Amino acid sequence: MTADVLLEKDLQAQFEERIAAGDKIEADDWMPEEYRLALIKLISMHGISEIMGALPEKEWVPKAPTLYRKLGIMAKVQDEMGHGQLLLRVAEDLIKPLGKNREDLMQDLFAGRLKFHNVFHMATKSWGDAGLIGWLVDGAAIITQTNMLNASYAPYARALQRICAEEVFHAQHGEAIILALAEGTEKQKEMVQDALNRWWEALLFFFGPPSSDTTGSTKQDITIKYKIRINTNEELRQGFLSKYIPRIQSIGLTIPDPTLRFDEETQKWIYQQPNWENFKKIQRNEGPKSQERLKLRRTSYDDTAWVREALSAQIG
Amino acid sequence: MTQKFENPVVELLFQLADDDYLFSYRGSEWLGLAPHIEEDVAFSSITQDTMGHATVYYRLLEGLGLGAADSLAHIRPAAERKNSILVERPNGEGCYMENPRYDWAYAVARSYIYTTAKKIKIDSLKSSSDQSLAEAAVKISMELYYHLLHWKTWFVQLFNATEEARNRMTKALEKVVADSGDLFSFGDAASEITNASLIESEQVLLNRWTEYVKPVFETIKVAVPTFGKPERNGRNGEHTNELQDAIDTMSEVYATDLAAAW
Repeated sequence: MTADVLLEKDLQAQFEERIAAGDKIEADDWMPEEYRLALIKLISMHGISEIMGALPEKEWVPKAPTLYRKLGIMAKVQDEMGHGQLLLRVAEDLIKPLGKNREDLMQDLFAGRLKFHNVFHMATKSWGDAGLIGWLVDGAAIITQTNMLNASYAPYARALQRICAEEVFHAQHGEAIILALAEGTEKQKEMVQDALNRWWEALLFFFGPPSSDTTGSTKQDITIKYKIRINTNEELRQGFLSKYIPRIQSIGLTIPDPTLRFDEETQKWIYQQPNWENFKKIQRNEGPKSQERLKLRRTSYDDTAWVREALSAQIG
Repeated sequence: MTQKFENPVVELLFQLADDDYLFSYRGSEWLGLAPHIEEDVAFSSITQDTMGHATVYYRLLEGLGLGAADSLAHIRPAAERKNSILVERPNGEGCYMENPRYDWAYAVARSYIYTTAKKIKIDSLKSSSDQSLAEAAVKISMELYYHLLHWKTWFVQLFNATEEARNRMTKALEKVVADSGDLFSFGDAASEITNASLIESEQVLLNRWTEYVKPVFETIKVAVPTFGKPERNGRNGEHTNELQDAIDTMSEVYATDLAAAW
């Protein structure tokens, strides 16, 4: 029996069998609408977040304090743009059957229909923030992304292979900046402690709400069902805490949560819940820098519209 | 006016270093704002390479006992800088962090003119009497090949695209040419630099550049520009206020503690 005579129902069953068997799905394979939409939401958000994520870090590229650091952070932010490009190419293949293209994704971003990651709505106030982003935000990203390295959608898994390899360098780059500050003058130590105080809530937000009870919605259930990811938000957050709390403390920093402790019985970190109302605000693009960053993207996009017109005129 | 160094190698190295340093800075301000994502990736790669080139020169200066490379790059005031006027000009209206209204036509025109001029100089430096400079030139020219290809493609494409693009490019090129009077100048140190056979003379290089870009200008049906006598000569430390603003931004963190390790 060929695919076109199979009933939708059978296709769905066959697809679920493939997922259960650990099969990989390619861009041209049949897939249920629910799967396609979940992938589009996940991957276009991931892609656009890489691009929006360049903006907070970019503020510190020209200001990086040495030639070596300038070269390092330039390479890092360039990688992030590269990840954005790689992921948007994956998303483009998924939205093509829906008659959409990259231009639509940009317009979705500007209209608030396509969100960018909550961590990129925050202000970067010092060089310490630039280091902390590299170390802990990229560290957190490694945890969520390696969780999807074996994603059922093969083009995404392939993109993630390369992205994760580069993220490891980013985390090392960030760690090197932080170590230099933590071993430096009193002022430098203060700079990195301030950065941690500022970013702690954002780092807890990073993995998303523990369940839909917290904020009203979460995409985690469907992505787990289709084997796009393995662990829940809370499991990932716990993994992050286990990996980084000892490292943060070992360089003499204080985590701004006096209630933080590891519970031997449940083998879980107990921590002060962040204010999930702030998270919801960010999700509505009402975070500290949401509108500014969107404006920066939108203005530059509008100001260079003539270039894209010129290029397409030439191809046409 | 800037100090003139006894050693012509030092003079030339400062010119080359400051040129690439400022050009790279202007490029880094564009990060995240290019016309499309592919260009952002390519442009930032070029910017990064160029900062690498500046670093090579600053380290050679460090080796000659002029001070630490980081200090040379970050805290020398505008009056001591020897870059050309062209690279210190801003990308357009506004600061890169708040509401930048940058002009892509200007970015392409400036990058094309700067990069072709750099190519002519680097080729000549390969036969420099100074061994380290000659070796640096060989390394740099490997990356420069791709930068040239990139900017030539943009330059020709935009000139030959829509009427709007051509108008914007024409205006941008005029602005670039008006600022390029000192691009091939070696300032007050010119005769010492040439006499030491560090690089060929200003006139030889300029003529070679004119021949080099001629075929490209033919394809866009524009006469090869001639650069007038500079109003200010950056090689002698004569600069616009825009340069000091750029230096202040680049050294903002470094200057908070010159003795600290970063």
